[in-house]
Order: sequence, then structure tokens, then C-alpha cells
Amino acid sequence: MSDLRPSLDTPEVAAAEEVVATETTAAVRSQRRSPLGMAARRFRRNKIAVGGGVFLLLILLLAVFAPLIAQQSPTAVDLGAIRRAPSGEHWLGTDASGRDVFARLVYAARVSLLVGIFAALLAVLLGTVVGAVAGLFGGWLDTVLMRTADMMLSFPSIVILIVLAGILGPSIPILIVSIAITTWPTTARLVRGVTLAVREREYLHAARVAGASRGWMLRKHIVPAAMGQIVVVGTISVAGAILAEAVLSFLGLGVQPPQASWGNMLNDAQSLTVIQSMPWLWLPPGLAIAATVLAVNFVGDGLRDAVDPRQSGRS
Amino acid sequence: MTLDTTEPLLVVDDLAVEFRTDEGVVKAVDGAAFTIDRGEIVGVVGESGSGKSVTAMSILGLVKSGRRVRGSIRFRGRDLGTLPAKELRAIRGAEIAMIFQDPMTALNPVVTIGRQIVEALRLHDKKMSKSAARDRAIELLALVGMPDAAARFRQYPHEFSGGMRQRAMIAMAIANGPSLLIADEPTTALDVTIQAQVLDLLKVAQQETQAATLLITHDLGVVAELADRVVVMYAGRVVEQGDVTTVFTTPRHPYTVGLLESLPRLDRDVDELHPIPGSPPSLLSPPPGCPFHPRCPLARDNCRTDRPELRVVGNGTAVHRTACHYAEELAAVPTEVTG
Repeated sequence: MSDLRPSLDTPEVAAAEEVVATETTAAVRSQRRSPLGMAARRFRRNKIAVGGGVFLLLILLLAVFAPLIAQQSPTAVDLGAIRRAPSGEHWLGTDASGRDVFARLVYAARVSLLVGIFAALLAVLLGTVVGAVAGLFGGWLDTVLMRTADMMLSFPSIVILIVLAGILGPSIPILIVSIAITTWPTTARLVRGVTLAVREREYLHAARVAGASRGWMLRKHIVPAAMGQIVVVGTISVAGAILAEAVLSFLGLGVQPPQASWGNMLNDAQSLTVIQSMPWLWLPPGLAIAATVLAVNFVGDGLRDAVDPRQSGRS
Repeated sequence: MTLDTTEPLLVVDDLAVEFRTDEGVVKAVDGAAFTIDRGEIVGVVGESGSGKSVTAMSILGLVKSGRRVRGSIRFRGRDLGTLPAKELRAIRGAEIAMIFQDPMTALNPVVTIGRQIVEALRLHDKKMSKSAARDRAIELLALVGMPDAAARFRQYPHEFSGGMRQRAMIAMAIANGPSLLIADEPTTALDVTIQAQVLDLLKVAQQETQAATLLITHDLGVVAELADRVVVMYAGRVVEQGDVTTVFTTPRHPYTVGLLESLPRLDRDVDELHPIPGSPPSLLSPPPGCPFHPRCPLARDNCRTDRPELRVVGNGTAVHRTACHYAEELAAVPTEVTG
């Protein structure tokens, strides 16, 4: 069961996987397979996805145990030692203010994962509610909600993010909210589609006949039916949110120094001299962003294949 | 709440339901009227499109995209048409439950049978604990003749055969002890051998719950087997009703006669079947007068203009009603279907 742990990158997935774990043991015992158990099996067979998951778990551990891993303070300024090359004391050198790059890299993982996970969670939550309500109620409510979603999707999200960050001021909660605001329509559309499909199913009609309210049908039939795909979109959204955080912080609209994030670490590397002669300043955060986003996407793809084998690219 | 015990459990009175379509208004149900007493099994028969299912869905207040234009449905003295949505939901599934035609599609394929029954129980009894609901669900599964109910509880619908699924559906329907069960073609999707078992089970369930049952079917054999009374529908109207023996032995509507004559029979040497000539009328523009007149061997001029209303026929011992101007002519000529 340990190879399931890797994708504990969102509490949502974590919860799902805990269920997976218990259901699989139960399934093995009774020689019976639940849909979740089967999805877990398919996921575990996907080596790339499991690899991505393991990597994410390492990043997560890094973030959680940052104070134990980084011996130096990420914010301690040492003006006597600025832009020093990597050494025994400073494993990844120091930045323009003489702060330890390794410590900043490790602590930045906290910010990046925090923003990534919570922005994705918020977006998925908002999108699920909007999509399910639009699909189930239909009519003018559907029109209003989905046209709003279309409008959000038709704006370049980076512009919205910059404007929001500009108006509301840069801070981590604002960052999370603004990223969620620009990404919820994807989930909303997906959940609406599932809702429309499930709505016409006979078992939903049966539920109605049995006296179920719309809320009950949402909770018991529609959201569970969409849950697999919601988890997939949620996971992929984490990657998008990490990137968005990096972009905004790079532009100075996200996480503010002295707090470290992978994005604002790259901010230090805007000059050609730094890029050419001080790779320790930009290579580690750049690689961290790329690797994390890639790993999240691998896990997302693996989850998608596990949830819906028909969409699998492999034969 | 004081219950009027003199009034039947369910009174459907002059019910009319219309659907607006691009081609015009479809009068799916046009003045249906019948009653169901406590504990009674009433069979509603008719061809496809005769309005049987729409009538049933009207009782639950769940006619999709259709409108009730006339009439009332009273259940235990309460007019279901005027009840607020919340009270109607409390009645659905608890006091009036339904058994569907196709048990495969009426069950959620990714939820275990047990959980679906548990949910049905807890939907109407929010205070019921999970373990109590679980015990009750297993008890219900056992009641409907599910072997190894505790193990079946944890299985998914696809692990069940058609007959077993229908048993699970019946268990779910009787879970909350309804006083009215609506069974919409409960055996149509099943093998003949399973049909008999499910019919027996319906009888058991009916005896167990003492629920009145509205049995919708196009199978006269099923009605003969189970029902106390029969309501024959044609083109959205009730054309004949009465107790099963009376109606089947002395039918007083030419449509009922036609239905009975079109049955293949094993106990008599019949060279060919006698289908009713013609086809059911379009409900977009139903014929004036008696809806059955274009196909009726007895049709006269006034059948084309005057709509016959339900009236009492026979000797009056059992209430037998028909909507035919010339019912007495059918009585004069003993029909061949007696037996």
C-alpha cells in the first residue's frame, strides 16, 4: 500500500486514496473488486505515475520537515556574503542578499505546494458546486453560470491574475483566491457534463421517485459519479496553480520577499550576468518548478487512466 | 391527522395530462378515473401509449415536461396536486413506492446493493443509525428471497442476475413500509421463468406490507394472476373497470373483448390469433366521440360523435363499469373468451 502514498499531494486525493487503500484490502479479502479498488490497481500498474507520486511525496516531506533539512535560515541576510557560489557552508550558494539558496529552496516548497494545493482545492470545490447546480437545475441558472464560466475562460488568465493581484495586493491568501477564480470554470464544465449525463439515468429517476431532493441526488449520485474526473482535474489544477504562483511571484505580484517561493527566487535571476555566471541562483528553483509540475501531471495522467481506462493512450 | 376511512386509499378523479410537443398538444391522459382501496391489487392494462405510465407518474407528481390540466389525485384524503414539494417528497418512497420495469438501469451501477437500500431507508428516516439501516436492509433482502443476504449486501448490481436485481428493487420499494406500491411493468424485462418468481414475490411483498398495489402491465396474464381489480385504459381514458373475474369473463367493452381475443391460448385449439384491427389513435388528434370507434366492430354513428362515459353495467353485485354505448349488445352475445 506504500506505493499509493505518493499522490498525497492534495487532501482530496489523500482522502480518496485512503478509501482506496481500505477498499482494496477489503476487496482482496472478499475476492471482490470495488470501482475504487480497480482504479487503484490500474494506478499502481502505471510506473510513470507512481514515480511522479514518489517524487511528490519527497517534495512534500521536504516541505513539511524544512526546518530539519535546511540548517540555515531562509531569511537570514548576510550582506558580507552575497551571490556566493555553492560551498560546504552554503550548498547552493547565496542570493543577492546573502541568504542561503538551499534553505530558501526548501522553504519555498512549502509556499508553492500550499498555494498549488489550496488554489486547486478551492477551484475544484467552486467548480463542482457551480457545475452540478447548473446541470441539475438547468434553465436560466444554467445559462448564467455557464456563460460566466465561458467568460472566465475567454480572458487570458494571467491578465486577470495580474489585475487581481494589483487591486487586492500581493499576499498568499489573495494569490490562492485569484488562481482559484481563474481556474474553476474547467471543473464546472466537466461536472456539468457529468451531471447532464447522470441526470437522465434511470437510477436518478428512481431516486426522485423514492423521494430524494436535488441536494440528496447531488451528494449521493452526481458528485460521486464525477468524483474520479474531479480528482483528475484537481490534480492537474495543482500543476497549473504552482505555475501560476511561480509566474506571479516572478513578476513580483505573488509571494513577497523575504518569504521565499520558487517564483520569487527566479525573480532574482532577471539579469543576463546572473543567468550566465550564477546558475545556482536560478537553476535550482527552475528545476524544482519544472520537476514538480511534471510529477503532478504524471500523477494526474495516471489517475485519469485509472479512473477512465477508455481514455488511456496505451492500448 | 384524521383519516377518512370511508374514502379509498387513492382516488384518481378525471385526471388529464398533456404534453406540449412541436407537433401539438398530446393528450396522454384524458379523464382517467379509478380508485384503489387499502391492501388491494389493481391492475392497469392497456397498449403502449394508453396513458398507464403517465397516470402512475402523475400519482407521484413526477410527470416530466407534462402538465396536469384537469382532475385530482387524492391519497389518504390529501390532494397530492396541492401539496408542497417537500411534503410530496416525504410521501414518495415512504408512503408510495415504485418498482421499475428495468432493474438494471434503475440501480446505480457503482454503488453496492446494500448501500442503495440503506440510503433509501435513511432518506426517509434521518435518525436511523447506519448499523440499524444495515441490519434492516439485510433483513429486507432476506425477505425478498435473496440467498445469503449478508454477502449480497456488499455486492454491486452487475453481480446480480436480472431476477435478483428485481428482488433487490422490490426490497428497496418496500423498505419504508409503503401503503401504496406502484409496479410499472415489473416483469417485462425478465425471462419467463423469472417472471413467475417475481410475481410470487410481489404477492409476498404485498402480503407482508399490506400495501395496496397499482400493477401497470400490458400482460393480461399477470393481471389475472395477481390483481383483485382491473382498469383497462385506451387512448388516455379508462374504458372498463371492475373485478378481474367479472371483467375477464364478461367483458363489456369491445376493446377489452379484443384484448382478450388477441391472447394466444394453450387450453384451446385456436388456428390463428385475432389481433385488434387498426392501431391506437394518435393522441395529437384523438378521434371525436369514442376513441375506440375506428377499430370497433360495434361502432355506430353516435360513437363517432358522442363520447361514452363510464357507467355501471352488469347485475350490480360487483361494481363493473364500462365506457361503451352498446355494452349491452356484448352482454347479449356471449363472448368466446369466457373461461
